[in-house]
Amino acid sequence: MPQIVVRDLTKRYRVAEREAGTFGALKGLFHRRTRVVEALDRVSFSLEAGELLGFIGPNGAGKSTTIKILSGILRPTSGSVEVDGLVPYEDRIRHVARIGVVFGQRTQLWWDLPVIEGFDLLAAIYRVERRRYQRTRDELVALLKLDRLLDQPVRQLSLGQRMRAEIAAALLHEPQILFLDEPTIGLDAPAKLAVREVVQRLNRERGVTVLLTTHDMHDIEALAERVIVIGHGRILADSPFERLRAEGLAERRVYLEFADDAPDLSIAGVEVRARDGRSLELAFDPGKTSAPALIARIAAQHPLADIHVEQPAIEEVIARFYDRHGAAEA
Amino acid sequence: MAAVAPYLAAFSARFQLVLQYRAAAIAGFATQLWWGALKIMVLAAFFYGATRSPPMSLTNAITYTWLGQAFLIFLPWNADPEVAEMVRSGAVAYDRLRPLDTYGWWYARAVAWSAARVVPRAVLLFAVAAVLLPALGLGQWSLRPPAGLAATGLFLIAMIGVALLSASIVLLVNVIAVASMTDRGANLMIAPFSNLFSGGIVPLAFFPDWLRPGLRLQPFAGLVDIPYRIYFGELAGWGALQGLAVQLGWTLLLVLAGHAALGAAMRRLQVQGG
Repeated sequence: MPQIVVRDLTKRYRVAEREAGTFGALKGLFHRRTRVVEALDRVSFSLEAGELLGFIGPNGAGKSTTIKILSGILRPTSGSVEVDGLVPYEDRIRHVARIGVVFGQRTQLWWDLPVIEGFDLLAAIYRVERRRYQRTRDELVALLKLDRLLDQPVRQLSLGQRMRAEIAAALLHEPQILFLDEPTIGLDAPAKLAVREVVQRLNRERGVTVLLTTHDMHDIEALAERVIVIGHGRILADSPFERLRAEGLAERRVYLEFADDAPDLSIAGVEVRARDGRSLELAFDPGKTSAPALIARIAAQHPLADIHVEQPAIEEVIARFYDRHGAAEA
Repeated sequence: MAAVAPYLAAFSARFQLVLQYRAAAIAGFATQLWWGALKIMVLAAFFYGATRSPPMSLTNAITYTWLGQAFLIFLPWNADPEVAEMVRSGAVAYDRLRPLDTYGWWYARAVAWSAARVVPRAVLLFAVAAVLLPALGLGQWSLRPPAGLAATGLFLIAMIGVALLSASIVLLVNVIAVASMTDRGANLMIAPFSNLFSGGIVPLAFFPDWLRPGLRLQPFAGLVDIPYRIYFGELAGWGALQGLAVQLGWTLLLVLAGHAALGAAMRRLQVQGG
């Protein structure tokens, strides 16, 4: 029995619209027009305990809406959700006591309170037994390197420091399920790495189930074994990360630098993408042509100065994926 | 006990935090002292010019005014600024991530918010109006002590009642702020209402005879009129208990109404999105 089961989840928002200009505003006084926005359209997936699932998609794709429904903040228009046997939006208090949630864009700590007092308050809110709380807190402080920040009010922390504190705050009651909505947004590279490392350790060492949304492909690459690509409120793909990569990466690029002017090449299955003096860019399908064989063949005829093989950036893969499935930014 | 522990923790965290705002406390105290003096002068002029004997002695009216200034913060002036901020930023929904009854959580914090501001202001104002003024030979303008030991005890109970009643009204204002997506409309309404109908501007004793019985039964009376009459011993024994019952009754009713209304507002938020 999976820990999280989402079936045919649909969420529609009603958005008030008004025509531009004064006349439009006056008209709006008498007749309101509303437009229905479909944020989620029959989304289904399930998650086993201990899995780490990445949710990716452009802004407005439905990632945050999904997290909000799963954490009990929002109620779906139709469809069903069960997390650990509870319906989040029906059994809110019992449900939220078992999960940890971090929203990258919001702080859940108290702006004016020192970090440690915020932690104490959370321990009281979640009714964590005193000794247990102290142990968990000390572990998290060590894991997230928070010891020097504990006495500072939250508003004085940098974004990276704050995010580490937020993650610790979400874990004080030792939830077995963690929802992270864009946890690395706006962070610098070392802070991102720190967040990823912690998430990974929680997942691997403690078996915490993690559902993470992001549009940072490096997060996904570093963390997720399984990825759901979402666009326009629909699931476009739900597959292991490697498969997604293989599917989208049916292309390799070779950059060749020749000793002399680049020759005219005509090889079946290989496309010449660019030619500039001594350099040449080739693209081919790695499933049909092997990169070493191709390079050996070229090198046998033309002396090479340098070789550089590349796979397309993950951003590009996703962009292509969206193109193919028609999910531009909503 | 375990059930209320989180709410007590919320209370004490905010109480301790707000208590630290010294500059605000001193500024508030200075304003309230100044206003108190002004009101007393106006009151004295009114008393000396009166053609009929007023329903309250000048000595009591002066004490009433000082009490009103000391506990001014207990009058609901606006929605809880933290809740108002959450309404503006759309973060209300995130408070729903706490495994708590949202009403209880906000209520505990509202009590802490007003109590922590009242304590320093009241202490300073009592020091000046009840101790310093008599010492300077201005005893006739001073804050007089309560009617007796019983009155003192009952007054303290009534002031706890004031804190609880005040928070239940603040919470209603919060609910209106959540439902209307802004705190401005509700704030505009609540301040004049609570000032006038509590007896904060003019003691309810000065209102026309036909209006007074009704006024003394409405919820705002529990904020000023009832506790201060207990202070003077005007409400004593059975009368005092009746007064406290009115106060407590309204508090319970407003808590129940606010709880239901907040639940409805939150369900709507769940459907519409934060």
